[in-house]
Amino acid sequence: MTTTEKVPTSAAARPVVQTGDRIFAGTAKGAGILILLVLAGVAVFLIAQAVPAFLASPADLPGGQNLVAYIGPLVFGTILAAVIALVIATPLAVSVALFITHYAPRRLAQGLGYMVDLLAAVPSIVYGLWGVAVLAPATLGLSDWLNRNLGWLPFFAGPVSVTGRTMLTVGVTLAVMILPIITAVAREVFLQTPTLHEEAALALGATRWEMIRMAVLPFGRSGVISGAMLGLGRALGETMAVAIILSASGAITFNLISSDNPSTIAGNIALQFPDSTGLAVNTLIASGLVLFVITLLVNAIARYIINRRREFSGAN
Amino acid sequence: MNTLRHGSRARFAAVGIVASGALLLAGCGAANEAPPSGGAGASNAPTVSGTIAGAGASSQQAAQEAWIANFTSANSGANITYDPSGSGAGRTQFLGGGVAYAGSDAYLKPEELTQAQTRCGGDVVEVPAYVSPIAVIYNLQGVRDLQLAPATIAQIFDRKITNWNDPAIAADNPGVTLPDLAITPVNRSDKSGTTQNFADYLKVAAGASWPYDVSDAWPVQGGEAAQGTSGVVGAVKAGNGAIGYADESQAQDLGQAKVKVGTTYAGPTAEAAAAVLEASTRVDGQGQYAFAYKLARDTTASGTYPIVLVSYLLACSKYPDAATADLVKAYLGYVISADGQGVAAQSAGAAPLSDTLRTQITPAVEAIAAGS
Repeated sequence: MTTTEKVPTSAAARPVVQTGDRIFAGTAKGAGILILLVLAGVAVFLIAQAVPAFLASPADLPGGQNLVAYIGPLVFGTILAAVIALVIATPLAVSVALFITHYAPRRLAQGLGYMVDLLAAVPSIVYGLWGVAVLAPATLGLSDWLNRNLGWLPFFAGPVSVTGRTMLTVGVTLAVMILPIITAVAREVFLQTPTLHEEAALALGATRWEMIRMAVLPFGRSGVISGAMLGLGRALGETMAVAIILSASGAITFNLISSDNPSTIAGNIALQFPDSTGLAVNTLIASGLVLFVITLLVNAIARYIINRRREFSGAN
Repeated sequence: MNTLRHGSRARFAAVGIVASGALLLAGCGAANEAPPSGGAGASNAPTVSGTIAGAGASSQQAAQEAWIANFTSANSGANITYDPSGSGAGRTQFLGGGVAYAGSDAYLKPEELTQAQTRCGGDVVEVPAYVSPIAVIYNLQGVRDLQLAPATIAQIFDRKITNWNDPAIAADNPGVTLPDLAITPVNRSDKSGTTQNFADYLKVAAGASWPYDVSDAWPVQGGEAAQGTSGVVGAVKAGNGAIGYADESQAQDLGQAKVKVGTTYAGPTAEAAAAVLEASTRVDGQGQYAFAYKLARDTTASGTYPIVLVSYLLACSKYPDAATADLVKAYLGYVISADGQGVAAQSAGAAPLSDTLRTQITPAVEAIAAGS
C-alpha cells in the first residue's frame, strides 16, 4: 500500500480501490456464484429425485420396460423436433437479420426489428393454440403433396395424418418461436461488423452480396452459431406448444407427417405429471435430468465451436 | 473480443433458462403438496363454517366448482377448495393427511385402503359422487347413427380394423353406406380417468379383442393422441374419419356412436349411465362406509350405457376436530343430495345418482363425526 506514494508507476499497476468498486465487484461475484449454486441445486434435485427410477426394477416403471426404453423415444423426439425447428429457423433468421442490417431502408429496418422482437413476446401456449387450430389444418394439403411426390423419403412415408398434428407442424411452430432469438442475436452481430471491412470489400469492387459474404458473414459466424444454440435450447425445452400440438404416441420414427410421433421430454412431463404418483414421478424427473444433460452438452458444443473459430471470425 | 463476450453471455443465459424451468417444475410439485389451511372465523352463525381443502380427479373439476359455489353461498362461513391435480395426486394427498377430502376416478386399492384407515383412525368414507357417460365420438361424413359392438370398438382402437368399410362395422350397421376411408383412432396423450374407464369397458365387454391391461395411460401405440378431453374432441372434429372417446358433456355436436348392450344399441344418456351404477355390484371388504363399485360393463340390460366414468369422493369417518367433521359431512351430504346432483348435471353434464343409490350411501356420509 505504501508503495503508491513512493513510485508513481506502480499506481497504474495497482489501481486505487474505492468502496464502490468493492461493492460492485462483490455483487458481481455474488451473482456469478449464485448462478452456479442454482445450477448445482437443480442438478442435485434432479439426481436425487431420479435415483429411485434408476434403481427400480424395470417392471415397476411406466411402460413396464426399462428406463432406456421409456426415455429413448422421448430423447429422439426432443432432438428431432428441435433440429427441424433449427433447420427451418436459422437460414430464415440470418436472412431476416441481413435484410434488417444491410438491405432495408433505415425506417423500415427499425419497424421490422421491433416486429421480430414482438414475436419473442408471444407466450408459448398461444403458439401452441395457433399451431393446433391454424397451422395443423393448413399443413394437410402440404403433407398430402409431400407424401405423393416425396413419399420415397422416410420423412414423408405416410400414412398422412388427417388432423395435421404432426412432427412437421411442431417443427414449424418451434421454428417460429425460436426465430426472434436467432434473429436478434444475428442482427446485433451483423451490426458490429467493422465498417472498414465492409468499405474495403466494396472498394475492391465487391457487390453488396459479395461484401456480405466476405466481410459480414465470416465476422458474424460465431454470433449466429451462439444465437442458434440459444434457439436450440428453447426448442429443446419447449413444453406447452408441443403438448398441445403433437399427437404423441411414442414410436421412434423419422416420419414427419403421420399421427404416430415420438413425444418430447418436456412435452411428456407436462402431459404425464399431473396424474402421476410415486415411481412414475421419479421416472419423469429422470427424463428431465436427461434433458438437462442434453442442454448442457448442446451449450458446451456451441461454446467449443465458437472458441475454435474465434481467430477466424474477423474480430479485432 | 465482442463475439467472445457475446458467446459467453449466451451460454449463461441458456443455462439460466433451463435452470429456471426446472425450478418452476420443482416449485409446482411443492405447491401441490401444501394445500391451504387455517380457519376463517364464522361471523353471523351460519349452518357450518371453517375451511377444508380437497384435491383429486380433474374430471370432477367443473362439478366441484359448481358445488363449492352453491354450498358456500348457502354457508357464508364455509371455505372449501378443490385442487384438480389428478386422481393419483389427490389420493396421495388424502392418504398423507394433506387434504380433508379427495376426489378419485378409481376407488382405493387394498394397500391404499389400509393407509387411509390409518390416516383416518377408523373407517374410510368412499361414495360415488360424479357419474358421467363417456361417448364414443366420431367424424364421418354422411353417417349419422353409427352403431358399434364392444369387440368392434376394441378392434378399431387397437388398430386391427383400419377402414370404415370393414365388414365388422357393416354388420352392426345394416343399410348404412360406409365410406372407404381410413379410421384414425384418437386417444388421450395424458393420463386420465376417462382412459382408464374406457379401457376397463373394453377389457370387460370386448374380452379377447382387447388384450391390454387397464391403466390410466393409453396402451396402444401409433394412434392419434391428444391432450385432455378438449384435445380429443378437437382432433376428432378436425380429422375426417377420426373416432375417439370423451366425456359426453364435452362431445358437443359430434356424432356419438350407439353401443351394443345385450341385443340392443344404447346411446350415452345420463339416465342410462346412472342405471349402470345401480346394476353394478359393491366391492366387498372395503369397510362399512366405503361404497366402491365394480361396474357392470358387460351388462345386457336394456336402458343401460356401460361406458361410464364413476368418480368417488373420499373422506374420513372421524376427524379430530368437530368443525372439520361437520363441514365435511355437510359438504358431502350436499354433493350427493338431489340438489347437488342436479347442479352437477346442469354445470358438468353429469348423470345424477338415482334415489335408490342415494338411500344406500347416505348413512356413510351421516356417519362422519368428530372423534379420535
